[in-house]
Amino acid sequence: MVATYDTKTDYKVIGNSPIRHDGVDKVTGRAIYGGDVKAPGLIWGDVLRSPHAHARIKSIDTSAAEAMDGVFAVLTHGDFPQTDDKTIDAGEGTVNLRRGQSNVMADKKVHYKGHVVAAVAAVDRNTAQVAAQAIKVEYEVLPAISDVDAAMAEGAPQILDGLVGDHLGESVENTNVARVFRHEFGNVDDAFANSDLVIERTVSMSMVHQGYIEPHNATAIWGQDDNLTVWSSTQGSFGVRSQVAGLLHHPESKIKVNYVEIGGGFGGKTVVYLAPIAALLSRKAGGRPVKLVMDRSSVFEATGPAPGGKIRMKIGVNKDGKIQAADTDLMLEAGGFPGSAVGAAAICVFACYNLPVSRITGYDVLVNKPKSAAYRAPGSPQASFAIETVIDEICDELGFDKIQFRLDNAAHEGTRRGDGVQFIRVGLEECLVAAKESDHWNSPLGDAPAGKKRGRGIASAYWMNGGGKSTCDLMLQDDGTVMLNEGSADIGGTRTSIAMQAAEVLGIPVEDFHPSIPDTESIGFTGVTGGSRTTYTTGLAAYNAAQKLVVELKSRVADLWETEASNVEFADGVFSANGDSIGIQELAGKLDPTGGPATATASVNLAEAGNAYGVQICDLEVDLETGKTDVVRYTAIQDVGKAVHPQYAEGQIQGGVVQGLGWALNEEYFITDDGAMANRSFLDYRMPTSLDMPMIDTIMVEVPNPLHPYGVRGIGEVPICPPLSAAAQAIKEAVGKPFYELPVKPGRILEAQND
Amino acid sequence: MSKKQIKTTVNGVEHEILVDSTWTLLETLRDQLKLTGTKEGCSNGNCGACTVMVDGQSSCSCLVLAPEANGREITTVEGLADHGHLSPVQDAFVENSGLQCGFCTPGFMIATTALLNDNPHPTENEIRLKLAGNLCRCTGYDKIVRSVQDAAERLNKA
Repeated sequence: MVATYDTKTDYKVIGNSPIRHDGVDKVTGRAIYGGDVKAPGLIWGDVLRSPHAHARIKSIDTSAAEAMDGVFAVLTHGDFPQTDDKTIDAGEGTVNLRRGQSNVMADKKVHYKGHVVAAVAAVDRNTAQVAAQAIKVEYEVLPAISDVDAAMAEGAPQILDGLVGDHLGESVENTNVARVFRHEFGNVDDAFANSDLVIERTVSMSMVHQGYIEPHNATAIWGQDDNLTVWSSTQGSFGVRSQVAGLLHHPESKIKVNYVEIGGGFGGKTVVYLAPIAALLSRKAGGRPVKLVMDRSSVFEATGPAPGGKIRMKIGVNKDGKIQAADTDLMLEAGGFPGSAVGAAAICVFACYNLPVSRITGYDVLVNKPKSAAYRAPGSPQASFAIETVIDEICDELGFDKIQFRLDNAAHEGTRRGDGVQFIRVGLEECLVAAKESDHWNSPLGDAPAGKKRGRGIASAYWMNGGGKSTCDLMLQDDGTVMLNEGSADIGGTRTSIAMQAAEVLGIPVEDFHPSIPDTESIGFTGVTGGSRTTYTTGLAAYNAAQKLVVELKSRVADLWETEASNVEFADGVFSANGDSIGIQELAGKLDPTGGPATATASVNLAEAGNAYGVQICDLEVDLETGKTDVVRYTAIQDVGKAVHPQYAEGQIQGGVVQGLGWALNEEYFITDDGAMANRSFLDYRMPTSLDMPMIDTIMVEVPNPLHPYGVRGIGEVPICPPLSAAAQAIKEAVGKPFYELPVKPGRILEAQND
Repeated sequence: MSKKQIKTTVNGVEHEILVDSTWTLLETLRDQLKLTGTKEGCSNGNCGACTVMVDGQSSCSCLVLAPEANGREITTVEGLADHGHLSPVQDAFVENSGLQCGFCTPGFMIATTALLNDNPHPTENEIRLKLAGNLCRCTGYDKIVRSVQDAAERLNKA
């Protein structure tokens, strides 16, 4: 069911920026992250990883490791139980249990360099490391497939044994393309034939990594009663529980996942890597607690990057400025196992435009690189780069104003998205108008110093946002404060943005809330912090719980005042009836005679989430001698629905923009001929530093989401999408050459100039 | 492996610790002294999450061997607050949203404290340059730089 709301606009709590409840813990070093977990008798685990990108495992000899002093357990794929060939939800994507197991620890083949082959648990970290390296593996090395062209080439070696591809409903053997699907409306070929101008381009991009600063980690205790306790850095404790249960064929009811703080995730901490290994090592080590922490090169080599790939984009337009048709082939790298973000890319690719006719074909392509995972608006940045590149060329070719052209073709309420869904109220047009009226758009580029040139780019993008399941419990205390439990991992202040929504209902200052994120046995199911769902969905659970608490308290007040609950009014934190009134916090201390503590709990399962749009403007300077780029001014305009906590909302936008700029300008998996990632350190995988970036200006447009009582929309993901094209178009304007390959790194700029 | 006795002052408290000569200062702080506020992000000095002050200089504790800490004064994030009060740098970060996930934050606050000790009136560019050895993936640095500017103002008023 979809509830819609008339959005209220006068707020006491919403729209302020209070200090987050976990702020002091996080600036004093008191907050406990996964790597900080201690347990009595803790031992350390480590893994052996494949040195080859593609190879068949001929034999594994663990005897030397097993014989070493201080080694408690050695693990290979044979120690994993038989699991079902079924697919479960992992929050932002799905996990096929059998393939998931083979990704956690290789079965008969390794599919990428860094693929885990075996694991050990030993008395300390150093011994575990030495023992893991003592395991001998014999490989039959196979040719490595590093990109979609090689993977789709005739006669390419098959990466996943036994994969049968679903190609538009047809079963295809001996393929690396796990899935081909299509969304089609109208006759695109006719529409192209009737268009005044048709532009077709193919763009490509490398894999990039989420780049969270905290490496993956897991600690597990497999008790003698088969109760399993896990601590792991994750965007969703319940996702860890369901994946560990599925991969280890162990009942969910016997797995408890404790919440630990998470040092960044961006989608990459929705799938499990180490938790099942820690669990099995603990079982083999007689129930000793086992901890594993990844090193940085393993994070790069073996945990979910965003897919690279190739996108063909064809758009037909008339001289009156109306798009006639669009057609795209999205070929995205799944990595070593099926499941890229191509499905989401297909949803997003045309979502900024109101298209009469469109065709989207998606290809999920295996390559010998790490299994891709969600990364902030999975699939949308790549798609946005492709379409916005062509839109920019259309505007250049026909002399259209780049904002007016987008406005003339903008998606709005009622527009049919490329996959068929019709939009409810969305705020793209408002964002474009705000961009058009912005100081940035109306200011000149300014002169570049000698030897440099400047350009300006603009791009828009879309993310559908997520809903799903969330739970919130409220417990009113005698002193008028509120204990709030909720299940969403807090990566950027969501304890507070969730508590604020309950505070608004109850009229209790948000500072008097104590939000906690308990373990999976102490709160109702809550999905991952992903899909930009947390402030929207868990916030709605908090809102509903607060409404329930008000109903409960009305009946308590009626008891106290010997009247009917229907006579009791509640407004601005005050209950009143028949001339009497009492504030909610004062009432809290008087509840004993009415039945004791007042609590309320609410769970939601939201099918829809509203949508997010962003439009961004990038001014950039290119050093003509070195090809180095410097972003000199940046403005991100976004429909946020309603900014619950404007400071944190702005922080999400700024953070997304800078990740997107890294993707546009520098970041890439640099893959050698034998399929290895050459730049597997933070020194060589060049993420933006403080020195690379200017301040990021934001304009938050508030078009209320009709699905939320306060109009809240998810905001975290869409801001990463526009920078890819906005930066590329700015470079095009500066040097006068288009760029169809990401990143637009200095070498590519120099090459283009020399062409 | 050979063990070595070292004497080091951490957050104003003198410790005599038996360390393995292969341990880093980071491991010693986290595993021996249980000061887990200092974080490990890359183990090779690229990310700055493990930044501590060694005799007032900001250093990656993953690049310092434990025996090198002998006779030194170390300040970690746990030592920034004074007598139960957050330091101006901590106040500035928490009030200006200079953190999101909080993992890089201890390193940034230590680097900021060292920076402002050396240069109480840094320009935006000086801040960006001095903090370029600390990676943050959440904030895009905007609110970190503003936090540092605010911390400088607070310190200069004090």
